[in-house]
Parts: sequence; structure tokens; C-alpha cells
Amino acid sequence: MTQNTLLDVKGLKTYFYLEGKKVAKAVDGVDFSVNPGETVALVGESGSGKSITSLSIMKLVGKPGKIEDGQILFNGKDLVPLSDKQMTTVRGREIGMIFQEPMTALNPVFTIGNQIKETLIRHKKISKAEAERKAIELLKLVGFPRAEETMKEYPHQLSGGMRQRAMIAIAISCDPKLLIADEPTTALDVTIQAQILDLMDEMKKKFNMAVLLITHDLGVVAEYAEKVMVMYGGQIVEQTTVENLFLNPKHPYTSGLLESLPSLDKDVERLGAIKGMVPAAHEFPSGCRFSDRCPHVMDKCRAANPELVTVEPGHNVRCYLYE
Amino acid sequence: MSLLEKELEKKVEQDYILEAKNIKKYFPIKGGVFKREVGQVKAVDDVSLSILRGETLGVVGESGSGKSTLGRVILRLLDPTEGQIFFENEEISKMSNRQLRPYRRDMQIVFQDPFASLNPKMNVQELIEEPLLVQTDMSKSARKEKAISLLEKVGLRPDSRLKYPHEFSGGQRQRISIARALALNPKFVICDEPVSALDVSIQAQVLNLMADLQDEFNLTYLFIAHDLSVVKHISDRVAVMYLGRIAEIAPKKNIYETPLHPYTEALLSAVPSTDITAKREKIILKGDLPSPSNPPSGCAFRTRCPKAHERCSLERPELINVSEGHFVACHLYDN
Repeated sequence: MTQNTLLDVKGLKTYFYLEGKKVAKAVDGVDFSVNPGETVALVGESGSGKSITSLSIMKLVGKPGKIEDGQILFNGKDLVPLSDKQMTTVRGREIGMIFQEPMTALNPVFTIGNQIKETLIRHKKISKAEAERKAIELLKLVGFPRAEETMKEYPHQLSGGMRQRAMIAIAISCDPKLLIADEPTTALDVTIQAQILDLMDEMKKKFNMAVLLITHDLGVVAEYAEKVMVMYGGQIVEQTTVENLFLNPKHPYTSGLLESLPSLDKDVERLGAIKGMVPAAHEFPSGCRFSDRCPHVMDKCRAANPELVTVEPGHNVRCYLYE
Repeated sequence: MSLLEKELEKKVEQDYILEAKNIKKYFPIKGGVFKREVGQVKAVDDVSLSILRGETLGVVGESGSGKSTLGRVILRLLDPTEGQIFFENEEISKMSNRQLRPYRRDMQIVFQDPFASLNPKMNVQELIEEPLLVQTDMSKSARKEKAISLLEKVGLRPDSRLKYPHEFSGGQRQRISIARALALNPKFVICDEPVSALDVSIQAQVLNLMADLQDEFNLTYLFIAHDLSVVKHISDRVAVMYLGRIAEIAPKKNIYETPLHPYTEALLSAVPSTDITAKREKIILKGDLPSPSNPPSGCAFRTRCPKAHERCSLERPELINVSEGHFVACHLYDN
């Protein structure tokens, strides 16, 4: 580990113990790191394990799920053994988080002002008056022109985009080093999505935050991230820079995804659909987890799961085609 | 033949399967102790469009643009407040439910959420059979045969006939919805966000299936979606809606290559692109969509429009024809 790695996830395994002694290996051996000030995207379809990875980093995985193995080094300190109480000094202060649905993430019975002040008073140990002043300043920063009035409003009085702005204000209120954004714009219309992503980028630069962006939208990845990990079946199948991923995709799943995407920039007669569907986490095929859907499947793919190997400097792929 | 005559000739040849004229759909807002009407939500506000037999007309817009309401009004699942709807030149907007019944077999709809639109207590056979029971006098064995052939058409195994909706994934459920919609061999199908609940790899499967079925059964689609890339892929013509009105309607190529309305331009520029070599200039619109219960005066888009001028607040722009098949409602183009 280099001196300046902010987040270093090593061998993370998060399993869910289901009825009938079934084990869902939702996250199964994930390694990646995030440097200060960098935007790293975790992309995948439903059931790929991307959200469970982010929840594991915050240690928000509840029963029947459990972090089974691995290390989550944040600023060199492992978060896995920390108690819930110890985690409260990390969550919200050192790592901020925004979720997909701001209506469920915000508390409907408290005003926006209350919810921002709560975070500030708790983590920064400042007076109420000072928290009030800081909260108004934050709301102005994230684009509320009438911040003083917004302080007194409840979440249901705001539109979806405005609620997401309020969430960002809360998430950045304690100057976190890392912002985890889990599908931050999925519930928003495209013109509002552009506003929110623009705001996140501005905040990131202003506070020199690192961002871990979890999304299913490859377009968002292409425009806003620097590094990217593609997840499938609880594992990273391709890990590289955004440029490499889009110009030179290597894993058959990545290429399949890119071909199945209708695009504004090119015309295709027929989309290149990937056959079949994402397997459930408790019934992955033996061998490579993509083997049942892969157009290049070979005998050995069904026998054993390939390792994530470096095929070019800075480009890791989990596929026998490159071994 | 003179140019004018040629134009007229072409107009006559145009075989419209559906025409909607000046459709309005207002929903009352009730309030106070006596639940009196205190206002109106103008979900669809004076929309006209026509759909050619065999084509796919895409309708795009953000939430609250009225695109789904428009679809429902066209099918008479909702009654229009004003306006006329013609299906194969018969006016259906004033028909009673009984009179409408024979027309219902020709017009079907596929909904967004395959979890909500399929009855969880019915198995696949019963789901597909239901329209046949209501509309035809087919025998039991004929219905079974029909169900099996439909399942095969949409790429499901015939033995899944006895399973229930919860046993299927989202993509498979959408296939069941499509099979059900096709049971009566309709001519016209409204697809209301049919792929927006699906993952991209599954979305591509369903879009390909819909294109195949359109060729095989000579279907006409009204394809409603918020995803501009999906609409571009499947449509022949595209209508862009904003706050209950059509901002621009044109052949696909015009909308995506030479958009005229400032809203269309902004919408297109806001779509994140996977083509990292082509960096497009983003137009970031300010503010939110205004409430359809209290739309801005004049042009509905003027509060967010980077090119708004004085006239936009005074006068509502009409849809005007700027080139072959290309209509835009914007004061920048009517002098």
C-alpha cells in the first residue's frame, strides 16, 4: 500500500445466510483502492454486488448478511473490526454517503435545517448558532437560492433533485475525505441528473474529496469517473481506467454490456443482447460466473473461476482469454 | 402534375392508423372541507398527432410531461377532457364502453412495471388466455395452443405456462406482458416505458424481441419512454413532450441530428455518453419542471429556456412545420 491511498479494500467477502442453509455470496473477494481526490466508479447490473460492496465499506450490512473476510483500510486503519459505536465517528464525518432515493434517506419528520445541523453538532462539536450559520452556507453552496427558508422546509416540500441537493449538503457538511454515492441520480430525470452530477463534480474539486460512484449507467461512468471496476456475480471482472474500458474493453461481459446499450452517437440495426440473465447470488455456476452467458466460453471456464490478472499495466481482467 | 397536386396526392396516400386531434386531459384538484374543485392539473394540454400504419412513434419527456397520460387517453383508458381520437378513421373518443369493445382487440398496451401489471394469482396460461376468453369464442384446446405459440414467439419455454408471475425475473415478466398484449393479434400497441425497469443486458433482449414482433405481425407502436437512447433505437419518428405539450415532433434523424427546440437540444446534451472520444457540450438547464397545475404563461419551457425572450411569456407557440415532417413549437422559428 502506498502512503497516500485513501481507501484500500482487500479480499472483501460479504455473505448472506439464507433459509435452508443457502449462502448468497453477494460480495466474493473484492480488491480495489481509491486515492485522495479521485473518482472511482463501481458499475454493474442488479445483483452484481456493487451496492453491498459500498454498504460493507460503511459497515451498514445488516442481518442475515455479514462481512465474512477481508480488510477495509481507510487512511491505513482497518474498519472491519470496529464496533458500531466506533463506526459512528467515521460515518458522516470521514466518509459521507448519498443514496439513490433521497425521500427515504431523509427523515420526513424533521426539517432540512434540522437534519444538516444534527450532523454538524454531532461531529463538529459546534454551538447551535454556529451550526445554523454553517447549514445555511452549505445549502447556498449546493444551489438553494432561498437557503434561509429551505432550512425550515420538510423533505416532502422539495422536488427530487432538490432533495438530492439537500442530501449532498448533509454528506459534505463535515468535509469528508471520501464520498460514497450509491446510484445518486437514478431516480432523477435526465436534465436534473446533469445538474446533480455537475454539482457533485464541483464539490469534489472544491473539497478535494474522493468519490466512490456506484451506478448501473455506463454513460455516467464515462463522463464522471477516472477509474472503473465492472462487477459481475459479486466479483470484479474488469478493473482499469475509464479510457481503457471504453476504448479497449477486454472482458466479454464488458463488451457485451457496451454492445447492448443503445447510443445517441451511433446507429445499430440490432442491439447485441447478452443471452440469459444475471444468476442469483446463491446459485452461481461453478467456474467462471459469466460462463453460462459468455459467447467465448471454453471447457476450462466451466471448471474453475479465473483469477483477476493484470493483462496490461493498469488493466486487470478476470477471464481465461487473457491468461 | 404540379407540386401542389403531388403534395395532395401524398396526403391521400398516407395511411394513418391513429389520429389524435387537440387532446386535452385535465385532472381536477380538490380541496377544502367540501372537496370542491380548486384547480386543474393540465396533464395533456392540446396535443395532436397521427401515427402511420406500421411505424413506431416514440414519445419522450421527463416525469410530469404527460406522456403516459397521453397514451392512456389514446386507448380510452382515461377519457379525454377535450379532443378527438380516430382509430382507422372511426372516431373512438365519444364511444361508450360497449361500442369500444370490438376496437379494444386491435389496440393493446404493455406497461412499465411487470410486477404490478400481471395478476399474481393467475398463472401464465390464465394470463394469456384472459383476453381470448373475453373477446373470442375459442375452445379450451385452441386457447392452450395459442398460449403455447405465443410463449414460443416471445422466447419463453412452453412448459412455463403453468408457473406464476413471481417465479419469473423482470425481463421474463415483460415477455409475458408482451405475449398477453399480442394474444388478440392487435394492430396497434402502446408501449409505456416497457424496458425502463430492466437491466441493460435484458433491456436489449426485450427491445430486439419487440422489433422482431413488429416485423412479424406488422404492428404499429406508440413507444413512450424517458430514455432518449432507447427511443432513438426503436422509433421512426419522435415527439418530445414538455409539460403536457409537444415541443417538437419529427423523423428520428431530424430530432437527433438537427434538433430545433431548445428543450430538445438541452435534453440530448444532458444524456451521459459512453463515447469518450466525442465530448459534447452540455447545456445544463436551471431549475425544475414547473408544476402542471400552474404552468408558466406563454411557452411552458420559458422559465428554463436559455433562449427565452419577451414574446415567450406572452404568447403560446404553436407547432409549426419547418421542414418535411418536422414540427416545432418555439417562437425562434415563427416570424
